[in-house]
Amino acid sequence: MSVRMEKVGDTGPLLPLVNMTPGALLARLALLLIVVLWTLPTFGLFISSFRDKDLLSFSGWWTALSVTERGEAARTGTDEDQVEENGAWFIRGEVFQPGEKEILAFGIRSTEPEVYAPGESADLGDGVTLTVQADGRYELRSPVEFDMSRGRRIYFRAAVPPKFTLANYGEIVASEGVDQAFINTFTVTIPSTIIPIAIAAFAAYAFSWTEFPGRQLLFAVVVGLLVVPLQMSLIPLLRMYNQVSHILPFFEAKSYPGIWLAHTGFGLPLAIFLLRNYIAGLPKEIIESAHIDGASHFQTFTRLILPLSMPALASFAIFQFLWVWNDLLVALVFLSKDLDQIVMTSQLRELLGSRGDNWEILTSSAFVSIVVPLIVFFALQRYFVRGLLAGSVKGG
Amino acid sequence: MERLINAIVAIVFGVGLMLLYFYGSNWLLDRLLPDRGIVDGVFQSREKQRERIRPWLFVAPALVILGIYLVYPALQTLYLSFFDSDGEAFVGLANYGRAIGDSRFLESIRNNILWLIVVPSFSVIFGLLIAVLADRVSWGNIAKSLIFMPMAISFVGASVIWKFVYAINPDIGFLNAIYTSGGNQAVDVLQIPFWNSFFLMVILVWIQTGFAMVLLSAALRGVPEETLEAARIDGANEVQTFFRIMVPQIMGTIFVVWTTIVITVLKVFDIVLAMTNGNWNTQVMANLMFDQMFRAFDTGYASFLALVIMVAVVPIMVVNIRRMNREEAMR
Repeated sequence: MSVRMEKVGDTGPLLPLVNMTPGALLARLALLLIVVLWTLPTFGLFISSFRDKDLLSFSGWWTALSVTERGEAARTGTDEDQVEENGAWFIRGEVFQPGEKEILAFGIRSTEPEVYAPGESADLGDGVTLTVQADGRYELRSPVEFDMSRGRRIYFRAAVPPKFTLANYGEIVASEGVDQAFINTFTVTIPSTIIPIAIAAFAAYAFSWTEFPGRQLLFAVVVGLLVVPLQMSLIPLLRMYNQVSHILPFFEAKSYPGIWLAHTGFGLPLAIFLLRNYIAGLPKEIIESAHIDGASHFQTFTRLILPLSMPALASFAIFQFLWVWNDLLVALVFLSKDLDQIVMTSQLRELLGSRGDNWEILTSSAFVSIVVPLIVFFALQRYFVRGLLAGSVKGG
Repeated sequence: MERLINAIVAIVFGVGLMLLYFYGSNWLLDRLLPDRGIVDGVFQSREKQRERIRPWLFVAPALVILGIYLVYPALQTLYLSFFDSDGEAFVGLANYGRAIGDSRFLESIRNNILWLIVVPSFSVIFGLLIAVLADRVSWGNIAKSLIFMPMAISFVGASVIWKFVYAINPDIGFLNAIYTSGGNQAVDVLQIPFWNSFFLMVILVWIQTGFAMVLLSAALRGVPEETLEAARIDGANEVQTFFRIMVPQIMGTIFVVWTTIVITVLKVFDIVLAMTNGNWNTQVMANLMFDQMFRAFDTGYASFLALVIMVAVVPIMVVNIRRMNREEAMR
């Protein structure tokens, strides 16, 4: 596997393929295989979310582009639809929308669903015949007037061409409240990102560039809190929220401000730790000259430190945004599952329980919930990596 | 539309209130302690006093929130672990004793240990393999992007994706489609005793490999070319160079990746909740704790379980924070 040296001569993807060593070729194939394996599950979900609901449970997403064959049944019109032409009675219609499918064979009994070719006439007895065309048009012909309040059954095998639709998305918005959950998630995520950053930035500045008694000790305590896992906080906080809501009538145990503050609390140690490291590293001269010019700490912070700290703020913001967006545990504890509070992750888990077999709903809902992080990921990949690396030790 | 407006109002309200505090309190400070102006021909400034108080205005919200949301609850959880299910009666070490005889608890410990062995190992091995391979091909960056992508997806989202892969119906589940094409009966992999946990671990490996890859790839780039050159001159082949020269030099990063994934594993909850909810012997600590808290409403026992997670996490976190501090100091 003399690939490392080959890096120098690696000019293009295809050209060196011929004179590549077996080892290098193997390495490429291995990588390709891993990438395909890693991408396939998400890709399958994505494709499936756009497939027709009926096809979805009938054939795998990997066949999405090929024609599917399957047996179906339909009913003709009733005697109300009949017309008289040249002394015979006809009922005409279509078993599906024209162009939607193609009939390969049909039948009039469920035991023999595929005995006639399209265009042939099936004899129903008493001179009544049924003809079904490949495009789905049918014609019932009778020498006497029809007297039937229910249509006749037609069984057929149809070739269904690939069909992609946005109907699944329409359905989850219309009946599953996914659009509301989407808005709710934003309502949780935006303040839960901005509030801890602002509070942490002020604190980080105070810990770096001001003097007050106990400064070092307090900072050490904040860093120490990094080790406290989220799970340690939940039970007492839940009890506290319930108690407070009994005492104060306007305070609800499950509310947006409640979860904002919770996310703020859980995000603060890391935010303060990271931002302090950054802000303390800013050049001393800048801050001193601001003070000589008579700026207060507040002015120094808002006009000087904040703009200079933008890179650190941005990477923490991305981390916190994704963390809150993807969180399930905190949302389950601090928000109700009612329509006006449920977030995407919680909704998705509910759907997994109640609609476990309705894959058209699950795939499209899942895609709606992951599309925002994916956009952030592809648009801001470099900052995303930085934020993630910085945040990966989060105690939550 | 109305919902959207409600949401925007709520967001503006929440963020506005916080900004109002910072601007308001600082404005108030300037008003309450203004400069005295010229007294006896000397300009008397009270800037010193103001700047002595101002740091407290800056740190106060952080300290108050940390106190309420982390310090107090952590101590309270410790306290509650000695109490009964309502948190009313003191029961001493009963919750601790109960755990020893609790088959669900032992099952969780066993599964957590399995997770701790499998997930970090495979994530690091795959991450390292991909990092090495991707550095040698022109489309390496695209490959890395695609493998890193699951990192952006929530655990619940990932669970739906994999439940789809694992679905029993071979016309839906990709895995069963392959399995049944060999003439086998379709199986529900989430119900296979013992091995079902591994099918859950696959999900976390799928997510964490990208993380391992990014860090290890950066570390591999930092390995000095001369050391590799020297090894080759001495007649080492690629595999030997990799294991004897490269891996030892990135041991530090491997450790970081390993411990970070260990912490993630110790707190894994969403995947188990969404996939099996701990049924069929797949229970893990974090989900058991959630279960005790929200379904059994057993405050004391749930608190004890939270404490177990904390005890497992703390030593690893301490090591990691120490290391981060050292790195910051070196910068």
